[in-house]
Amino acid sequence: MASLDKEYLNYPHRSYGMDHNRYDWSQLAHRKGVQWPNDKKIALWVNVGLQFFPLNQKGIPFKVPGGMTKPYPDLRHYSLRDYGNRVGIYRFLKAFDRSNIKPTFAMNTQLAERIPYLVSTIKERKDELMCHGYNMDALHYGGQDIEEENELVKKSLEGLRRLTGQEVKGWISPAKNESAHTPDILAANGIEYFCDWVNDDMPYEFKTTHGSLTAMPMSTELEDHFIILNNLHSAEDWSDQVEDAFHFLLEEAGSQDGRILCLNIHPWVLGQPHRIQYLERVLKLLGEHSDVWSASAGTICSRWNKQQENK
Amino acid sequence: MKEDPGYYDYWPYENRPKITWPNGAKLAFWVAPNIEFYELNPPNNPFRKPWPQPSPALPGYTSRDWGNRVGHTRQMELLDKYGIRGSISLSTALCDHHPEIIAACKERNWEFFSHGIYNTRYTYGMTEDQERAMIKDSIETIYQHTDQKCAGYLAPALSHSENTLDLFAEVGTELFGDEAGFYSCDLFHDDQPTPIHLRNGKRFASIPYSLEMNDTIAYLVQKITPRRYGKELKDNFDRLYKEGANSGTIMCIPTHNYQVSNAHRIKAYEEALEYITGHSDVWVTTGKEIAQYFLDNYYDIALSDIQTKKQQYGKLG
Repeated sequence: MASLDKEYLNYPHRSYGMDHNRYDWSQLAHRKGVQWPNDKKIALWVNVGLQFFPLNQKGIPFKVPGGMTKPYPDLRHYSLRDYGNRVGIYRFLKAFDRSNIKPTFAMNTQLAERIPYLVSTIKERKDELMCHGYNMDALHYGGQDIEEENELVKKSLEGLRRLTGQEVKGWISPAKNESAHTPDILAANGIEYFCDWVNDDMPYEFKTTHGSLTAMPMSTELEDHFIILNNLHSAEDWSDQVEDAFHFLLEEAGSQDGRILCLNIHPWVLGQPHRIQYLERVLKLLGEHSDVWSASAGTICSRWNKQQENK
Repeated sequence: MKEDPGYYDYWPYENRPKITWPNGAKLAFWVAPNIEFYELNPPNNPFRKPWPQPSPALPGYTSRDWGNRVGHTRQMELLDKYGIRGSISLSTALCDHHPEIIAACKERNWEFFSHGIYNTRYTYGMTEDQERAMIKDSIETIYQHTDQKCAGYLAPALSHSENTLDLFAEVGTELFGDEAGFYSCDLFHDDQPTPIHLRNGKRFASIPYSLEMNDTIAYLVQKITPRRYGKELKDNFDRLYKEGANSGTIMCIPTHNYQVSNAHRIKAYEEALEYITGHSDVWVTTGKEIAQYFLDNYYDIALSDIQTKKQQYGKLG
């Protein structure tokens, strides 16, 4: 058996707080409460991933979850993902409007380049767009050349800002994957909040070399992709889980303070004819509930930030 | 390498001497929250990669961190509500990183047992001396921060050596005599406590810590729905409670704050806790109390029954 270096029993970061300097350690239950407008208990953040999975996927440093899995040309996965941007998304939009839900769209810049119609539709709706990287195969990853990543972030943000006319202050990396530099590069390029670090149920301050970002709590565990395609539960099971989460958070908000329910959903998953009714069911419950404030990620983020300044 | 770890003898589940738990209880129930610290940049181990992605591996790291920042309080409040003291399987470096969590558990008189230093430092490849030093560090850390003499062990990330149980028992004896190092959660061969053979002959028990009821196995490996998990917990309880009338059984729910405390999962867990603790003949207790009770009252009877059956039937093969 290979032996281990004596360093294996050294623990250089074994001290108070985290084992890195990106954010301070704190427990949610011990923090000062946050209030949402009109004393609503739950801020509902419906986040729609608008994604382009290239057919000629490079898979560096790994095949992105949801991407191509078969030998080239994997028409099956390519077209099934594309379905979301052609068909599923329009079912989503109808469902949002029917239940007065204010969605946020996380869009791959290359998708915005490819489908001006969709960009124009979202612009007309005046919904917020955040950048979801260049495409789903353009991963940010540990060991990536820093100049290459700089260029990738610049290209993605400049492109989306130009095409949408929005400032684009939010970011989610493809597959929520990062290099050690990603937060610094994002902050240097005008990003104010990002969604890759899923370690809280509320926003928190994340330190970078270019000032602070706000880490926004985009739950992976409640994502349609995670529950339906990774765990292989039905769409009905997804809606049961969302409803259980909502009722729990409502109770917790009653005893503590404002909470966020983030639903990160994808039109290629829940936009299917046999699944859309379960999204509609959830949106109806949430949209009609008197304790719910439906708002965009940026709006929720600023509201949270304002209350931090007043401390 | 051995064909059989040699820790225990074959001992058929039928016709064992009857165990009765305190106050005539049929089932001893314990909840073992794993309170863990996973490192963002752990050193490499040639036998097991800590994370699937190149560092920083956000999905795994952030999910575990969520458990400490958000999940812990949720589960703790739930256990308070049902009068359950947790038996913590502890990454002992957490005493340094997150002393607030340790203080809250200590205040509730929860049990702390060793789960190594970090859950990203594996036993694989350690020399006997290295493993002994790691275990000793963990037991000393628990004592320094909680005044508790660590009774139980669950190897970090279930990574073992051939010596793991022996080393744990020996270090316990070295530091605190018979008051520490007397039970293991690392073996899954039974629904009742069993005597364990150790090289120093110490009185030592294996206490059932069910992998099947473990939330991480249910959610990450089996990928079942929260409501299904709640149902499985109740089903597991129903059968063990019924069989406990013949001879006392043990039900353990090993949990992880980053799994079971998620908003969409905690209700199903609560329903199971409410159901289980709502039965009259349940001893709601801790791992250490079960182990101590077994060692004091049934260990010798068990050894003698095993010996009798061994003599009667011999060993096959």
